[in-house]
Amino acid sequence: MNIIDLKKVVYEYFRRDDEGNVTGITTAVDHVDLSVKPGDFIAILGHNGSGKSTLAKHLNAILYPSEGTVWVDGMDTTEEDKLMQIRQTTGMVFQNPDNQIIAQIVEEDVGFGPENLGVPTKKIWERVEESLKAVGMYEFRKKSPNRLSGGQKQRVSIAGVLAMHPKCIVLDEPTAMLDPAGRREVIRAARALNDVEKITVILITHYMEEVIYADHVYVMDHGSVKMEGSPREVFSRVDELSALHLTVPQVTLLADRLKKSGLPIKSGILTRDELTAELVRIKSGR
Amino acid sequence: MSIIIDHLTHEYETGTAMAVKAISDVSLQIPDGQFVGLIGHTGSGKSSLIQHLNGLLKPTSGTVYVGGEDIFDKDYDKKKLRSRVGLVFQYPEHQLFEADVFTDVCFGPKNLGLEQKEVELRAYDALKKVGLEDDAFYVSPFDLSGGQKRRVAIAGVLAMKPEVLILDEPTAGLDPAGREEILGLIAGMQKETGMTIILVSHSMEDVANYVDRIIVMNKGSVMLDGSPKEVFSHVEQLEEAGLAAPEACYIMRDLQKAGFDLPGDVTRIEEAADAILNVFGSGV
Amino acid sequence: MIREITIGQYYQTDSVLHRLDPRVKLIFVILYIVSIFLYRKPLPFLLAALFLALCVGLSKVPFSYIVRGLKAVVVLMLFTAVFNLFLTPGETLVAWGGLKITKEGALIAAFMAARLVLLIISSSLMTLTTTPTQLTDAMEKLLWPLQKIHLPVHEVAMMMSIALRFIPILLEETDKIMKAQMARGADFESGNLLRRLKAMVPILVPLFISAFRRANDLAMAMEARCYQGGEGRTKMKPLRYKGADTVAYLILMVYLAAVIAVGKLT
Repeated sequence: MNIIDLKKVVYEYFRRDDEGNVTGITTAVDHVDLSVKPGDFIAILGHNGSGKSTLAKHLNAILYPSEGTVWVDGMDTTEEDKLMQIRQTTGMVFQNPDNQIIAQIVEEDVGFGPENLGVPTKKIWERVEESLKAVGMYEFRKKSPNRLSGGQKQRVSIAGVLAMHPKCIVLDEPTAMLDPAGRREVIRAARALNDVEKITVILITHYMEEVIYADHVYVMDHGSVKMEGSPREVFSRVDELSALHLTVPQVTLLADRLKKSGLPIKSGILTRDELTAELVRIKSGR
Repeated sequence: MSIIIDHLTHEYETGTAMAVKAISDVSLQIPDGQFVGLIGHTGSGKSSLIQHLNGLLKPTSGTVYVGGEDIFDKDYDKKKLRSRVGLVFQYPEHQLFEADVFTDVCFGPKNLGLEQKEVELRAYDALKKVGLEDDAFYVSPFDLSGGQKRRVAIAGVLAMKPEVLILDEPTAGLDPAGREEILGLIAGMQKETGMTIILVSHSMEDVANYVDRIIVMNKGSVMLDGSPKEVFSHVEQLEEAGLAAPEACYIMRDLQKAGFDLPGDVTRIEEAADAILNVFGSGV
Repeated sequence: MIREITIGQYYQTDSVLHRLDPRVKLIFVILYIVSIFLYRKPLPFLLAALFLALCVGLSKVPFSYIVRGLKAVVVLMLFTAVFNLFLTPGETLVAWGGLKITKEGALIAAFMAARLVLLIISSSLMTLTTTPTQLTDAMEKLLWPLQKIHLPVHEVAMMMSIALRFIPILLEETDKIMKAQMARGADFESGNLLRRLKAMVPILVPLFISAFRRANDLAMAMEARCYQGGEGRTKMKPLRYKGADTVAYLILMVYLAAVIAVGKLT
């Protein structure tokens, strides 16, 4: 069974003027079909305003579809009595590191979710410890979040979700406000969750370098899925991506240029090692 | 307008046990019309440094000369300084506050005490410079898209007609298209007007593609200073400072290790492509 | 300037006071403050000062750090002292022009200033040794009976703890917005009161917008983490009295008795 299934999901909202009169309808998500297998690492790409964040908020019932259905682990997200179960199944990490940490001590923040779920005190401590260790923040457990870097704060947020024992974690542009070092930290933590803890990860981003390890990539534009496939498949379509206001990783861009200039390079190069190997192959073939 | 930073040191919580040196003994000269990239990881002192350049922070010791004048001299007119050195903060759209875009951009020039007509003329010019369409002039700034808001905020500083423009992470949080748009705008303006621009960034690709000179800060001091090619040749040092060279440098290094005879000073993808094609000969 | 206020901040270390149940500390401080206002006599006051000095010693918070918090209220202290010094009728000590300092005035001024110092040190000692979360937990627990008459005790406690978490963030943000507007030539320091008030608009509007955006984000993040009010919640750090807390209550009782005894007898 799929952990997440979206069938023809549409999300519309009314635009209103200052007096509250409706001036139009915006379709933020437009007939999206999407399915995620347990244990997958999925990436959703798109420029700002492409609808990817709105879509993400459907995955743990913060928003409900105007049309179509969202299933989370077999539960329809519009079923009200399943709300808490759904939110526990798919945890969510948001963009702004400051605006999602509730407590003033790292460990207390990680304990917030389990407290809400009514987990017994002793078990909360166990969960907090294992979650903080999983993201490498255990030694910071007594610190104030205000003293942490952006990347560290995001890792605390990931631990906070992890402590709720979710099956799936949705990361909604977790790196958009971070510097390069912070971005690397967060992506490393997300990949570890997927590799080690076998948790399904859905990463929403506009940084291309972050998705090359994903199992499957969806590219969104104007609320609908415009491209999908493995990173290799998607990134081999350089021109299509740039038409969607996205760029490919620098290595892929270089490989694409070389290919267009006549070098017989295979398409969909994602890493430096691949490019080097490919160029060595061509050189020795001459 | 040239800037001279003379043995500048800035300490927080001076005199207490918690004194932290945000900047320690930095001396730099930035000639008129130069396009400078200032790089450093969070907490390297780059943000504190630029806040001294228009007098928002006062140095613990040392001083800054703008156009030959000591800006921390007690007789120096701060208002004149603010009109000479424009500073665009990180996420500048968070300072917008007026009911419409045009009035917001008027805020800066109005504070300079100019006549209403001149104020409006400058606001109009500035909004045109950042490429905002006329029909967006009188809408609420909060109804604009993220990229548009940022351009309006930049216009708010441009309207003060500064001779030096400093931008702190102007592309933070934008998607690739938005980043290119803003950087293209800044580079275009620099070419056209020849103004001195200091671009603060931690994105190496951004900086490598546009600037004449790169200054790398680490732990409050200048670690590297030179042309992009010079600076990016110190990959190990950059990595020690929590930074990285542009991807193109790493690709070239890998290929050199694999036995390709390639130049060592490539910083941009276009150059890398040309260099590689060169190795394979024009017969391809 | 803003950074120097230590009231309401937590000082991380490990001491007897840090480990006490926050309810003990809350009740302790309230009764202690009552005790310094009970008598206007030197002996009980001396006792109170000695007792507080003992507590400060036990807390392992450096005295210089506590004193830094006092600086912020020096103006208030001076104001009350001067007020009492000149406006209390009684036996004249010094007089020049229309102003005179009376013996009673001098005494009251000295007492008021000293009381304020004790009040501030004692209450900052509580916040320095208690995390805001513990403090709000203590209030929630102590005010729990009010829940019976449908007062939203849990919600208020949660609001306070969130407010405390966001104060430093918003202060930093205010600083940033102020600087940004100053870079656009804004002037917050000259002109009359009305002009200065008007000059605050470019700070307040962005600050409010940001506060609302943060509130919105936070509400969403809390919901996403299954928060739905106090009902059915468990606690990671439930409040439980331990041996040391009982001892602390006993010490408090002894102290109060001593103050009253000394106050009555002298």
